[in-house]
Amino acid sequence: MSQSNWPLWEVFVRSSRGLSHVHAGSLHAPDAEMAVRNARDLYTRRNEGVSLWVVKSSDIISSDPDEKDAFFESPQGKDYRHATYYKASEGVKHL
Amino acid sequence: MAPTTPQEPGLNAVPSYEEEQAQARFDALIDKDSRVEPRDWMPAPYRKTLTRQVSQHAHSEIIGMQPEANWITRAPSLKRKSILMAKVQDEAGHGLYLYSAAETLGTPRDELNEQLLTGRAKYSSIFNYPARSWADMGAIGWLVDGAAIANQVPLCRASYGPYGRAMVRICKEESFHQRQGFEILLSLSRGTEAQKKMAQDAVNRFYEPSLMMFGPPDDQSPNSKQSMAWNIKRFSNDELRQRFVGMIAEQVKVLGLTLPDPELRFDEEKKQWIHKDLNWDEFMAVIKGNGPVNAQRLERRREAHREGAWVREAAAAYAAKQAQSEVA
Amino acid sequence: MNHDELDATLDSFGDALASATRVTPGNALRPEDIAVDGVAPSDEVAAYALTLGDDSLILAQRLSHWISRGPELEEDIALGNIALDVLGHARSFLTYAGLAMGKTEDDLAYWREEEEFTSLWMVEQPNGHFGVTIVRQLILSIYQHLLYSKLAESADETLAAIAAKAVKEVDYHRDHSIMWTIRLGLGTEESAEKMRHALEILWPYVDEMFLDEEIHRTLPEVAVLPSSLREDWDKEISAVLADAGLEIPATGQAMAHGRRGEHSEHLGYILAEMQVLARKHPGATW
Repeated sequence: MSQSNWPLWEVFVRSSRGLSHVHAGSLHAPDAEMAVRNARDLYTRRNEGVSLWVVKSSDIISSDPDEKDAFFESPQGKDYRHATYYKASEGVKHL
Repeated sequence: MAPTTPQEPGLNAVPSYEEEQAQARFDALIDKDSRVEPRDWMPAPYRKTLTRQVSQHAHSEIIGMQPEANWITRAPSLKRKSILMAKVQDEAGHGLYLYSAAETLGTPRDELNEQLLTGRAKYSSIFNYPARSWADMGAIGWLVDGAAIANQVPLCRASYGPYGRAMVRICKEESFHQRQGFEILLSLSRGTEAQKKMAQDAVNRFYEPSLMMFGPPDDQSPNSKQSMAWNIKRFSNDELRQRFVGMIAEQVKVLGLTLPDPELRFDEEKKQWIHKDLNWDEFMAVIKGNGPVNAQRLERRREAHREGAWVREAAAAYAAKQAQSEVA
Repeated sequence: MNHDELDATLDSFGDALASATRVTPGNALRPEDIAVDGVAPSDEVAAYALTLGDDSLILAQRLSHWISRGPELEEDIALGNIALDVLGHARSFLTYAGLAMGKTEDDLAYWREEEEFTSLWMVEQPNGHFGVTIVRQLILSIYQHLLYSKLAESADETLAAIAAKAVKEVDYHRDHSIMWTIRLGLGTEESAEKMRHALEILWPYVDEMFLDEEIHRTLPEVAVLPSSLREDWDKEISAVLADAGLEIPATGQAMAHGRRGEHSEHLGYILAEMQVLARKHPGATW
């Protein structure tokens, strides 16, 4: 019976034009066509979306949480990438 | 996304250096009241507790469809029929959101389903009581969904990210469930004598089981403490029960009905609600499978699963053929 | 916790989820609007609206039985959506028809006798296994899609408005049934056999769907002549069946006249179940 189990798909919903697709959850479906339909039925019952993506869960490559330091340390300490770093110009209009 | 290899610490008596580091990272997340995400290392008991809790919650949604689905075809107005259909369908959706969260802990849905169908997994015992009258649609919405919401809102802040996110979605959608139940009862209590009688009878039957939905009293709930330490649970069973009983004690007046609990009163000195003793023996008996309709509920799930097997197989076979022809 | 508190608690979770769970009501024509703002149709238009409402009502009643019984939970939800859409169509058509008679949708649904219902035999047919329901959906959703596409051009503005909304929903129902017909037709030998059987048991009620009755002929600008849909329907369903490795079965055609109140043996049971509670409490509000 195990070969009749449908694979897992991750669902991403664009809630309105101008916004990115946001991960909403997952579901099971036999194939991509059905997955996108099931996603519509499951995740947009209340007009929550204008566009959907489905991706097979097994196709997602993610960063390793154990390597968090190596991956995400570099931006730490680079405050000069943020506007709030620049104090001298505070209060100047249209800047 | 299932983690590739769920780690099982505790197999060795002495944790390795890596395990100690991982445990420290996990503890720090909990201390900061931050969120644990699927691919983070987590202690095996945390994973196990969550898998059990989230899947039981999912099973409850799915089994909980049945008492209400039982009345869709007999709903006494087309508007009520639409609302009930949407509500029961929402419950299927909520079950799926929760299975989706549970799967991120590493146990596939078919395995969780298997646990349900074989009777190894538990679900909320309240669904093992029959929905005998239309008024039960009101009592289930008002009392059962009301208790569920009181339970679920704090779970929106559960330390496990996918669980909390599923709960947010569910709580938002469920806010209409309790109201529609309340309004069913309100219409009935303002209706004919027979309707009012029906409403009171339903409240009488669901009052006590709904109070028991929060679980055993705190001094008899050994797992609660650990769940609270892990920031899964935020309030104890008794705290939640107190809040709930306080709310319905007021709401029942609006309904023009009564709660079947003459002892119910607010103790000003202790600052708490005193309600009747709950029948925990019955609660345990229902959990063990001896409620009025445990057998019926499970058989209905098994039947749907059995009757659907050829459909699932056919769709999988079609997908496999398509995949093959794309390769070729 | 009251609802404001609940909302406040939920709102504290920030935008990421707020956008993904945003609830908007949409601006579709609802039965409530028809009841309040609608102009009463003529008796003939009302009688025609009733036929459409009855088809949808009985079909929704059948489909709703699947909720909690689907082959997979995702499918419970899909069939639930379809049933809800179809029930919505029924409510709109019945509400509109009722305006001519001083009756509500519920008066028409719960307080008419079997012989007063004008639904087709196809919608009365039992759900059977999933394949039977899918074939019934295939037959009816292609039919309703063609019908509502034309009805959206009707001279009767209310019927046209109801149809304009319904056609989009039925388009999705059609898509759903085509997807499944192909998967079950080409899936396994067992599923193909079940689909062949489903076609055989449902096909005898196809011709009735295309019979022109007096009511259609008296409303040339308003009603869609059922016979005018046949050619497109044949073409479309043949193409789907061919894609699914299935064929139109060689069955006879039943002498079915649901539009005249002559029904199969199934409708009595459907109504008995649907009407039992309402009829126990005459005059009650729910």
